[in-house]
Amino acid sequence: MEDWLYIGLFVFISIALPAVAIFLAGLLSPKKPNPIKNTSYECGIETVGPSWVQFKAQYYVYALVFLVFDVETIFLYPWAVAYNQLTLFGVLEAVLFILILLSGLLYAWKKGALEWM
Amino acid sequence: MSFWTDPIAIIENLISGWLAGLGMGEGWITFILAFLGAAVYALVVMLFVVLLIWVERKILGRFQDRLGPNRIGPWGIFQTIADMLKIFTKEYITPNGVDKVPYNLAPMLAVAGVLAVWAVIPLGATIFGANLNVGVLYVVAIGALGELGIILAGWSSRNKYATLGGFRAVALLVSYEVPLVVTLLIPVLFSGSMGMNDIVFAQKSMWYIVLAPVAALIFLITSIAENGRAPFDLTEADSEIVAGFNVEYSGLKFGMYYVADFMHTFTIAFLFATLWLGGWLGPWAEKYPMLGIFYTTFKAWFIYFTILWLRGSLPRFRIDQMINLNWKVLTPLALVMLMLTAVVNHLIPAGMLVVRILALLALNGALLFVTGKLLDRFAGQTKRVVVALEPRPVARPEPVATESGTGV
Repeated sequence: MEDWLYIGLFVFISIALPAVAIFLAGLLSPKKPNPIKNTSYECGIETVGPSWVQFKAQYYVYALVFLVFDVETIFLYPWAVAYNQLTLFGVLEAVLFILILLSGLLYAWKKGALEWM
Repeated sequence: MSFWTDPIAIIENLISGWLAGLGMGEGWITFILAFLGAAVYALVVMLFVVLLIWVERKILGRFQDRLGPNRIGPWGIFQTIADMLKIFTKEYITPNGVDKVPYNLAPMLAVAGVLAVWAVIPLGATIFGANLNVGVLYVVAIGALGELGIILAGWSSRNKYATLGGFRAVALLVSYEVPLVVTLLIPVLFSGSMGMNDIVFAQKSMWYIVLAPVAALIFLITSIAENGRAPFDLTEADSEIVAGFNVEYSGLKFGMYYVADFMHTFTIAFLFATLWLGGWLGPWAEKYPMLGIFYTTFKAWFIYFTILWLRGSLPRFRIDQMINLNWKVLTPLALVMLMLTAVVNHLIPAGMLVVRILALLALNGALLFVTGKLLDRFAGQTKRVVVALEPRPVARPEPVATESGTGV
């Protein structure tokens, strides 16, 4: 419990430290905005059209594949903690799980989801 | 217990005794002690970055045959302090049309995602923030906060370059998390615990880099990629998308990204030392916990220097190369490595350390050999995508008349 208190305080402080620093810098620094300074930067020319451009579907596919793998890998952590007490059967079960994971990767690979286009 | 064996416990006792003298309750004393500990630790880490920036610039300068900072103070050691003062008093511009809340939140998250990892890194036998029983999981979870900071910054800046940087962060930083999480399973598997200090204790018989060198290598590569630093600095590739996600940041808000970047490198070095190089383990480290700090830092410096070396000598990857490296090499390799290590390690009885080391080393060697052969075999087979078939118009300077007197 004491550990979690410490972690909570640490996370709070690690957000608060940069926040305080930025706040102090805001007090110290000059503020002279003008319309030209405040336009978005694009190497000296004016931005044409909306800045939130359409993105390639490929980025979305990568994020999707990542999600599958990350969530499934998290399932392996309890197994790894219990590894030393497991029988060979238990280890091979996890191997089977990883093989299913790998076949999923192969499927995505064959489908061309991992191809940069 | 004398002051020199464990000064932190002594100071803790001193403060708690003093607070109890003031008539405070047990709960409040715990709270204040935890708060003070966290605040001092976080501040020390933050201020250490000031030194690190100088070290990195100096070493990188030497790699590139320059002197590096050398004006302010001996060997230019106060250069960063001057930079810090300047960036503190510099105006930060908030461009029109940014999404205010995520725009201001992003630099804080970027720093917090790195700084908060330090809560679980043990520096000595009794010197650690918290020996969390899910330490490794915590590192993974908090580490993702930094990526969130980058993605938020890219999206909220309302700038085309920043948006592109954000896209790249999604495709690259997030993808590299997969092999990273898989390799982090290896220390957990060997030690049977997710607590960082337990992992260090379990390495007393042998460092894990000897038992699983391939996993350590994958961990190093993916960590550098997560850090977004050369040769994987595609999210802020200056020659392609100006500065990527942080184009619209200036003043101290940009400075926060700068700090987060440098701190991240050092955090990686410490994590590597803790997970693979036995952390604070060393002669007399258990008796005198303060010695552990030196051992950890010493080991971490090696990794830190290696990362700087890589940064100084390798050119940037192309985006498709980087994605292929992750999904087609590192991820399958990490998964296969995990399977084989688990099986081989389980087949060898617990007492036979030498046999275990030899078997695992042979396994890792074989894995590297097979990977190399496969890479050689399929090296020439990647399809090249032809973007433009027709010759594109090229700008050529018009011949300017200079002979007549009228020419400029």
